[in-house]
Amino acid sequence: MARLIGGVGSSHVPAIGNALEQGLQTDPYWKPFFDGYKPVWNWMEDKKPDVAILVYNDHGLNFFLDTMPTFAIGAAAEYQNADEGWGLKPLDPFQGDPEFSWHLIDSLVHDEFDITMCQEMLVDHGFTVPMSLMWPNQDTRDQVKVIPLCVNVVQYPFPTAQRCLKLGEAIGKAVASFDKDLDVVILGTGGLSHQLDGERAGHTNREFDTEFLEKLKDEPEWLLKYSNYELAKIVGPQGVEMIMWLIMRGALGGNIRELSRNYHIPISNTAAGVILFENDAV
Amino acid sequence: MKSLAGKEPIPGTTIFEGRMAMKGYALNKMCFSFNKAENREAFKADEDAYCVKYGLSDAQRAAVKKRDVLALLNLGGNIYYLAKLTGMFGLNMQDIGAQQAGISLEKFKAKLLAAGETKNG
Repeated sequence: MARLIGGVGSSHVPAIGNALEQGLQTDPYWKPFFDGYKPVWNWMEDKKPDVAILVYNDHGLNFFLDTMPTFAIGAAAEYQNADEGWGLKPLDPFQGDPEFSWHLIDSLVHDEFDITMCQEMLVDHGFTVPMSLMWPNQDTRDQVKVIPLCVNVVQYPFPTAQRCLKLGEAIGKAVASFDKDLDVVILGTGGLSHQLDGERAGHTNREFDTEFLEKLKDEPEWLLKYSNYELAKIVGPQGVEMIMWLIMRGALGGNIRELSRNYHIPISNTAAGVILFENDAV
Repeated sequence: MKSLAGKEPIPGTTIFEGRMAMKGYALNKMCFSFNKAENREAFKADEDAYCVKYGLSDAQRAAVKKRDVLALLNLGGNIYYLAKLTGMFGLNMQDIGAQQAGISLEKFKAKLLAAGETKNG
């Protein structure tokens, strides 16, 4: 059976893609951010997961606003990255695991989640930046098969935080019922607090982000007391992306340990966070 | 929308919901086309003709001409789509952040760095 061995929460700011392109990892602006990923690199190197389920949002590459699925899952053998219009160089394609994708979709739909199935799906920086961050070495990255899970946090109404947590729990069940000997990792991406639009652009909220990170392991339900409107007010309209971390957290279940955490303001306009959880059974 | 009914507007913030999404549909659709290099070239060759082709309103066309991000947001532009437009003008997220906040780029960056240094950001 497949095993969910751990999960990572991570920001996916496009500027990180530029920094990686230019090799700025030790630059004074970037060092405190990239240093926070060292425990994740070591863990991935050590555990060598076979499959990564990557929870993210599309920013107008694959989905336009005409048809906006709340939850969409890729079921393709390969996922292409492409030009997003503002200059980030497209990365090489990522290998999928269609059999696992269809199992996941089947299990989730029979668990009452109405999933949009995508046999073709372009993946944008929301997907590629976390992949490059988790596996900075291209050869290692290419050995991990991916399942993209795209969440609408662009055109309101978004799914509720509670729905995200429950979807995560259902993903945990789906992974455990897949009849293949695979080690799986789940990545919840986006956030933390940031605001790109409006006169309040540049807004961040260290206090709230810190509490979110503090409670994520033992009390993820803490976030459910805030509506997405309230979250927009507190952490900025794009900070609401942190609800995608709850999908990762929900999937991991009760018996986990936190291995590392980092928080750094600013990366471009964003308060960037990273957290690594491991399943106790590993 | 009922889930937003009675909620006070968040200062300096727009929630991109159904009403705004309808208002900005043509504008965002034009911006979506900028994922392709040939469309960016066509825009640069004749900006206003390209806006007309996508059915932008007079106000939206004027805001594109002025590179006025706040006006474009108020006219239904979504920030991720507008980024594809402003990218062609050589403006990145921090440039347009500063423009919207009404401060210089240096001040905008300094404000973010300061948030990183204080306990309560």
